[in-house]
Amino acid sequence: MINYLLDGSHWTGPDGIPTLLVQHLMYTFAALAVAAVIAIPLGLYIGHTGRGSVVVAGLANSLRALPTIGLLILLVLIIAPSFPNKLAYLIPSLIVLVLLAIPPILTNTYAGVRAVDQAAVDAARGMGFRSMRILTEVEIPCALPLMLSGIRSAVLQIVSTATVAAYISLGGLGRLLIDGKAQSDYGQMAAGAVLVSLIALVFDLGIGALTARVVSPGITRRDRKKKSEKPAATEQRTAVPEPAPI
Amino acid sequence: MNFEWLGRQSDRIMDLVGWHVLLSLIPLVIGLVVALPIGWVAYRSRRLHPYVVGTAGLLYTIPSLALFVLLPPILGTKILDPMNIIVALTVYTVALLVRVVADALDSVPPETVLAATAMGYRPYQTLLKVQLPVGVPVICAGLRVAVVSNVSLVSLGALLGIPQIGSLFTQGFQLRFYTPIIAGIALCLVLALILDLLIMLANRLLTPWTPKVTTS
Repeated sequence: MINYLLDGSHWTGPDGIPTLLVQHLMYTFAALAVAAVIAIPLGLYIGHTGRGSVVVAGLANSLRALPTIGLLILLVLIIAPSFPNKLAYLIPSLIVLVLLAIPPILTNTYAGVRAVDQAAVDAARGMGFRSMRILTEVEIPCALPLMLSGIRSAVLQIVSTATVAAYISLGGLGRLLIDGKAQSDYGQMAAGAVLVSLIALVFDLGIGALTARVVSPGITRRDRKKKSEKPAATEQRTAVPEPAPI
Repeated sequence: MNFEWLGRQSDRIMDLVGWHVLLSLIPLVIGLVVALPIGWVAYRSRRLHPYVVGTAGLLYTIPSLALFVLLPPILGTKILDPMNIIVALTVYTVALLVRVVADALDSVPPETVLAATAMGYRPYQTLLKVQLPVGVPVICAGLRVAVVSNVSLVSLGALLGIPQIGSLFTQGFQLRFYTPIIAGIALCLVLALILDLLIMLANRLLTPWTPKVTTS
């Protein structure tokens, strides 16, 4: 694996590691953006109004059981004939990536909004806040830690699923794993595996740092106090347990 | 759907389903056995709790296909060995359940523990006869997530050529043939549903004192 990574020829050209890395990141950001645009408003609406939470929880759970690779292959076979060559693999892959990123963001957003202290919402209403202002100035800031933890799960899910999608000819670092397997080149496979794990780790730490920055100190301080009283803070119990990234 | 093909392949498909069940359930059982003591340590020690939960979270960030590939040199197995999948999924199951077990023990009301102590239970008796049984619903909720995700993760083994239901997907892709793919997806969903229901049932049987309406 070290030899593969140290070989200069693997770092240039259209199949070079930098190209694959950029592709992988582009898929990740594109899928995350689409998923967030769908899931965050929907989650906020459900959390704010309390409507439809049962349906969403059920749907999110059944999506979890869907075998990603089966879904990818099925979509490629259905969609591929109606698109020109390159898009034929890109479109179904992106659809699956978005589909898998929606449940964690959605469930955590609405769980976050639901878990907001009712007294804080009532206080805001008593101060004359309208529904919209309660949402943007009370509920979202309070729900932010859980929302970000949902985004974190979604990103990890996308990074790993994008790797799997290399099987259906998607670019990205998964190429090293799939091509390495085809060529019985274990060094190449291991290099791909390490690089993908590193990306996942960087995203994980990055979102952790982001959470520490953007979450209101009032919320984190309260959390810290609770933690010193009891090992498991309430925030942990309300967090939606996420399955391992595919 | 080509049902005639399914009929002809039924023996092989049953074989693949059997492998799939084994590869999903063995890690679940080993994972639970390993996670119980580690979760207990995290629950007991306030100082170790963040480290244990943090390490579990870190293991969780490794994409599964990457873990399948990285394990062979560590375990001394071949890349085609189903053992890689068993170990990888055990790692994920432990990572998920450690926190669940700690939360489960924590969910036991302190009055209940005090009552057990007052009745003369020793700490280990309280743990085995009071805290663990009372924590069963929380543990089962974690097991349900773990088993459903295991069923879906096992199918990735097909990319490395390890036979289970996922083999139907790669076969369908190579042949441009819908039948095995749709059958495979349906089998995965049904399998996940059955295992999920079994855990719910076990939960019901293990906690006869909970009112029936509250199961979520």
